[in-house]
Amino acid sequence: MSITTILLSVAILGGVGLTFAAAIALTHWKFKVWEDPRIDAVTDMLPGANCGACGEAGCRAFAEGVVLGRIQPATCTVMGADDVLSMAQFLGVEAGEANKRVARLLCAGGSNVAVQEADYLGLDTCKAAAAVAGGGKGCRWGCLGLDDCEVACDFDAIYMNQYGIPVVIPDKCTACGDCVDACPKDLFVLMPIEQKLIVQCKSALEGDEIEALCRVACTACERCVADAAPGLIEIRDGLAVVDYSKNDLADVSAIARCPTGAIVWVEGAQFQASAQPLEKAVA
Amino acid sequence: MAKRMRFRHGVHPPELKQLTAAIPVRRLPFPDEIVLPLSQHTGKPAVPIVRIGDRVERGDKVAEADGFISSPIHTSAAGTVTAIELWPHPTGGYQDAIRIAVAPYDAQVPRKRIIPDWRGLDRKQLVDAVRQAGVVGLGGAAFPTHVKLVPPDDVSIDTIVINGCECEPYLTTDHRTMVEYPGRVHLGIRLMMKTIGADRVMVGIEKNKPDAIERLRATLPDDLEGHVTIHGLTVKYPQGAEKMLIKALLGREVPSGRLPMHVGVVVHNVASVATIAEVFETGLPLIERIVTVTGPGVRRPANLIVPVGTKVRDVFDACGGLTETAREIVFGGPMMGAAQASLDVPITKGTTGVIALTGAEVKSQHSYPCIRCGHCLDACPVFLNPQLLGQLAMHDRYDEMVENHLMDCMVCGCCGYTCPSNIPLTQLFALAKNQLKRQPPKPKAA
Repeated sequence: MSITTILLSVAILGGVGLTFAAAIALTHWKFKVWEDPRIDAVTDMLPGANCGACGEAGCRAFAEGVVLGRIQPATCTVMGADDVLSMAQFLGVEAGEANKRVARLLCAGGSNVAVQEADYLGLDTCKAAAAVAGGGKGCRWGCLGLDDCEVACDFDAIYMNQYGIPVVIPDKCTACGDCVDACPKDLFVLMPIEQKLIVQCKSALEGDEIEALCRVACTACERCVADAAPGLIEIRDGLAVVDYSKNDLADVSAIARCPTGAIVWVEGAQFQASAQPLEKAVA
Repeated sequence: MAKRMRFRHGVHPPELKQLTAAIPVRRLPFPDEIVLPLSQHTGKPAVPIVRIGDRVERGDKVAEADGFISSPIHTSAAGTVTAIELWPHPTGGYQDAIRIAVAPYDAQVPRKRIIPDWRGLDRKQLVDAVRQAGVVGLGGAAFPTHVKLVPPDDVSIDTIVINGCECEPYLTTDHRTMVEYPGRVHLGIRLMMKTIGADRVMVGIEKNKPDAIERLRATLPDDLEGHVTIHGLTVKYPQGAEKMLIKALLGREVPSGRLPMHVGVVVHNVASVATIAEVFETGLPLIERIVTVTGPGVRRPANLIVPVGTKVRDVFDACGGLTETAREIVFGGPMMGAAQASLDVPITKGTTGVIALTGAEVKSQHSYPCIRCGHCLDACPVFLNPQLLGQLAMHDRYDEMVENHLMDCMVCGCCGYTCPSNIPLTQLFALAKNQLKRQPPKPKAA
């Protein structure tokens, strides 16, 4: 092999390389789209969970919105308060205020209190169980306890308690809504944390009919309606329904005489004082 | 010898039909209450035409068909309507149903001739009478029969296939129908030939029912000779799936997404054929059907004529009750049937059998990772790739499942049956179809 061959190949390869480099440089210069550098910076400040709790398609879409002034930083519920503040300072905008919301389960019927009519042995998910005769639980609205929500939660904010009921840890919950979508019985709702009066039941049956299936179900007895501020609670389709637009009127007195413990006053996580029906005391 | 009539793939589950195959059909006494779900057929649920408190006679129409692909519902016993409310339905979940308290001490004499005599009816009147009688396919899917009696104008039907395969293990409903009511089967065939306008009829029966084949051949009327042929088929599951049956009998393949009529064939279940004849013979609409009550969990397995709407609890009582070891109750065959969560579920027009299984049959098995053995590919009668579909299903990738022809899957259960790793493939596909029905896949962006 002569030196010319070597030089020639180096020259050809080098030439080809230079040509393409020039083409790339030219294209880059010609088609360059200017993007606000702050978007990248803000994206880096975000948690990167892409959970969708803010209503945007993901963290980057959220960052674009914040930079454009369309969204306030505090709308991201996953970030800590300090991070929100530093983002607001970085952009020179108001941090804004976000109501802390938490996923709440509208069923307290764990294996200790609810009747299981048939055992389900198939595929180990709530979705699959719900498709087979409703999952075999006596109450057809009730939680199946096969942890679809726990699996769906990206933030480890849900754990299953010993009775097979998912407990949401409010500090970790970002109200992203994944559990709401995962539950085949539609038992989760996202609620502002200051809404503390919660009816933990979705059954449309009333009275003895539902009490025979679940000891902590709402029997639509109307005692809470009588005890609470007028108009705060009404009975609709066999359930006590709290009108949260009057949430300021809510207080603990509404739950005092509930015979089954279906209506509860929740500070922090649900199912802490295990929902127990009151002993049927002599009046 | 003529070419072998067969379809490819499929499985050979144990037949287990000996429990009831030789037991003659007997009548179930009227229960105290019947519950008639408004949806006992494929298509729109029927609309109730009775009110709470109404007195109804046996055979009275209680709900009217809602549209063409729907079917009316008649009461199978005289009594009083007590409620129209949600009730456990054999397909799982709750659906609207009419509850009728059966009048005690009532002679249960039906009204005279609700359905006219078939002689002297023209084609259109025949179809209308079948429709008014609420006849649906009795093979399980319960598709309204009248729809399949009038082929649309743009297709021509050259062959009527009568499905007497009964390939599901345990079930003997069609078997007993053919052995005990061959006359009805032949009359039904005659009426179908008239309405559909085809002069070739092929009856497919699995070879494990030699007495049925023999009986239908022996009783074939002379004038149907040459038009009607009765074929013994390989004993293989799912021989009774209509696309497999057409492939076996005629060698024709129904293309993906099309119906048998697009290849010139209409398939009717043999029990539906017999029922068409029965409604004209008795003058009563479809208010009772033959149900196989079987399985190791029931004390005295039987083939019963059950009034539609009877709760499964009453059916078991008439068969000596359940054994202590009974663990699971399945409506339909064990391969495709639906497990039930309540003994209050009523027998509907589409209930072919009720099977009580014991702990030994239903023990849930641990499922292991897929070892790519390919057994499921060899079993799938519609040549899908269950292994791939299963992987997609486990990750909720339903749109990709559709791209891989999930919709051709008929949930026959062959893949799950052969899987050595016990992966619940069939349940995954049923679930995927279920989810897709709720949320149809988004159309692809252009």
